[in-house]
Amino acid sequence: MFETLSLHALQVYWWIIIALLGGLFVFIMFIQGGQTLLNQLSSTEDEKTMLVNSLGRKWELGFTTLVLFGGALFAAFPKFYATSFGGAYWLWLGILFSFIVQAVSYEYRKKEGNFLGSKTYEAFLFINGSVGTILLGIAISTFFSGAAFTLDDNNFVHWDVGTRGLEALMEPLNYLLAFAMLFLVRIIGGMYFLNNIDHEPIRTRTRGMIKRNIVYFLPFFLGFVGWVLLKDGYAYNPETLEVSLVSMHHLTTFLEMPYLAGMFLIGVVMVLVAVFNSVFREKNCCIFTVGIGTVLTVMALLLNVGLNNTVFYPSTTDLQSSLTIVNAAGSHYTLTAMSYASLMVPFVLAYIAYVWYAMDRVKITEEEITSSDEHHY
Amino acid sequence: MELMSTELIDWSRAQFALTALYHFLFVPLTLGLSFIVAIMETIYVKTGDLKWKTITRFWMTLFAINFAIGVATGLIMEFEFGTNWANYSWFVGDIFGAPLAVEGILAFFMESTFFAVMFFGWNKVSKGFHLLSTWLVAVGSNLSAFWILVANGWMQYPVGMEFNPDTVRNEMASFWDVALSPVAVAKFLHTIGSGYVIGGLFVIGVSAWMILKGRDVLEAKRSMVVGASFGLLVSIFLAVSGDESAYQAAQHQPVKLAAMEGLYKGEERAGIIAVGILNPDKKIGDDLHPIYGDIEIPYALSFLGYHDVDAFVPGLDDLVLGNEKYGIEGAASKIEKGKIAIKALEEYKEAKKADDQTAMSEARKLLDEYMPYFGYGYLEKPTDIVPPIALTFYSFHIMVGLGMWFIILFLIVLYLTMANDITRFRKVLWLALLSIPLGYVAAEAGWVVAEVGRQPWAIQDLMPVGIAATDIDAGNVQVSFWLFALLFTALLIAEIKIMLRQIAIGIKGGH
Repeated sequence: MFETLSLHALQVYWWIIIALLGGLFVFIMFIQGGQTLLNQLSSTEDEKTMLVNSLGRKWELGFTTLVLFGGALFAAFPKFYATSFGGAYWLWLGILFSFIVQAVSYEYRKKEGNFLGSKTYEAFLFINGSVGTILLGIAISTFFSGAAFTLDDNNFVHWDVGTRGLEALMEPLNYLLAFAMLFLVRIIGGMYFLNNIDHEPIRTRTRGMIKRNIVYFLPFFLGFVGWVLLKDGYAYNPETLEVSLVSMHHLTTFLEMPYLAGMFLIGVVMVLVAVFNSVFREKNCCIFTVGIGTVLTVMALLLNVGLNNTVFYPSTTDLQSSLTIVNAAGSHYTLTAMSYASLMVPFVLAYIAYVWYAMDRVKITEEEITSSDEHHY
Repeated sequence: MELMSTELIDWSRAQFALTALYHFLFVPLTLGLSFIVAIMETIYVKTGDLKWKTITRFWMTLFAINFAIGVATGLIMEFEFGTNWANYSWFVGDIFGAPLAVEGILAFFMESTFFAVMFFGWNKVSKGFHLLSTWLVAVGSNLSAFWILVANGWMQYPVGMEFNPDTVRNEMASFWDVALSPVAVAKFLHTIGSGYVIGGLFVIGVSAWMILKGRDVLEAKRSMVVGASFGLLVSIFLAVSGDESAYQAAQHQPVKLAAMEGLYKGEERAGIIAVGILNPDKKIGDDLHPIYGDIEIPYALSFLGYHDVDAFVPGLDDLVLGNEKYGIEGAASKIEKGKIAIKALEEYKEAKKADDQTAMSEARKLLDEYMPYFGYGYLEKPTDIVPPIALTFYSFHIMVGLGMWFIILFLIVLYLTMANDITRFRKVLWLALLSIPLGYVAAEAGWVVAEVGRQPWAIQDLMPVGIAATDIDAGNVQVSFWLFALLFTALLIAEIKIMLRQIAIGIKGGH
């Protein structure tokens, strides 16, 4: 089935999967968003525990998506894996450290003898939610702004600045996406709480929070979209593979691929509708609308930067070292083998959805959280 | 390709070793305990006896505490090939990335999805679905072990690939050769075996402590029956799979096997050193006796390595200097061939730049012929193929000795629990308790044998560690090394303290 596809078709297929995973990951980062809201949305210790437990049943899904994202990039686009992770060393390590401390915090926060104290684990959750999200946003933003690397004739990476990834923090434009993501995941986190926790005081505070955060979100998001669409884009010539700067290339891509533009707009509208329904119509079911909207929006952006002869990881110091889905991908054989493995993805999504449904039929209440017959975080 | 500075290589290796050894403090217990709790829950569901539910939930709580830190320390492993071994990641990423991605798709989601059901689903889903979830967590954990060990097995014995000089990387030619490589399968079985044994040791050790303290004695005894029967079975399985691992090492990594045994001069009908101390003055090719006070099991090494008591087992002298009689090529000649391969690659690149097709195909032919020696071309002298002997030798012997002890211990504990009253044998209970850390020592020693014994290679024969690392100032890696050391140590202290506290609370005390 996949064997007969051309190498380029497989590259496109895998970029679509990476974009889908990216979209799913940003959606599931509602966990990170939620982690920044623990104090803000609770007034008692029990309420905070409800919030922690609500997120605690899902955090591993996000973590696993991050791990799969790494693995899928390694398998399908190994040059990106080697170049970016090896090159932008401190940027990625910063992200990883923030997730390492997240992984123990749910389980250890309330346990007796936890050595560092509950407050430390709560701080870990907050750091993962805020710093982790911002760093990830900056890392993804370098897909558009570029990074300073050169590949030698073995395709080995040499980073051209000694700051090893921290230089991305010095580029103000990278913060547009970073903060847009932070406010977005807080909004989605809020909608998850609305759906998952049956407790009126938390719901009231959550709606107020969403209302404020959409106001913070929009300028950053629109700023990012404006910057990307109007800036020079990095593109390659499909014949010679030569990379050059093309005026408003990302805008052109949307115009040349109207279904991508449509996907992007539908995604954004769904997010806005979900916000409207949550805040003004006081609905609690918007996690799914906002989820699909987020996945579509992020996917459209990632497809924009990968397809239509676009460079998805530009080098600012040596234009011809830039990564494209053509030069960064795995071999035909590996992409084929991995494509068969990818057929498992719908099956995996199906059991995740089933378990989500089975576990969340009964919403979290104060009684459950204070009951001693239950496992709590 | 150029060799990196020794300082950078040392720090990069140190960081990988640190993070991998920390990660492997938690993984084995996850692998073993996941099955043990699944067995316990099965007994609960079958008998309907609520005591078994209490027991299951107690061990599940300990499982969760351990699982969380296993996940935390595991994350970096997924990315560290990129961050610290970028050249490696490009050179073999087309093969090596696949098992990691498959691990994510097939295993991690299963683990994490059903983990939530296992802990929060007691009153939310049916008994049957809950039990299924517990089993799926165990299956998922073990599946993930399979795929990561496929990746590791490939580094020990690279198969199923072709070198592509245009991209300067190795490309996969057969997924099944990689996934079902005999080294990978042996590694998988031996490693999960070690995890199961640690699971068994943990359960009998903790139960022994409870009996010693006179707390929850009935529950502890029941746990002990499960732990000891499981432990006995798997410790025998571990010995068998260890035999297979040694056989694979003999076939594909003879230098590693020779270092494990401190064997310098190869011999037919070679024996195994059961106990001995290495002579620190011994050098390759000299006539000093390599081992003091050695007690040898005759024929055993020939049998272990080649399943033939008469077989010739090459020693380090033969492998480094060559041995014509047995047709063993010395390292000097392999280094020469490696240099030819490296030169051919450079010539290929030059010819390609000049668009000289004839020169390209000539260079390609030479390259294909000498590619199996490619990595040797980066070594400076023949003795560079020898890993640190003392570390490999002692780690191997500690591992094997402890493995034998565990079989005896499980046998005694099971016998006393089933046919007698174990609560009266306090010394045995103490032994069971004190054997918990020994399980970890054995497991970590096993990794030292596998990974230190692989040196100087990142990928056997193809790529020495010296060209595999990321090109970065060593200072960066030094800083991140200490950050990891500090953070993981703090988390480890937290984990142990929480674990001890939960054990003190006891089986009936809560969850």
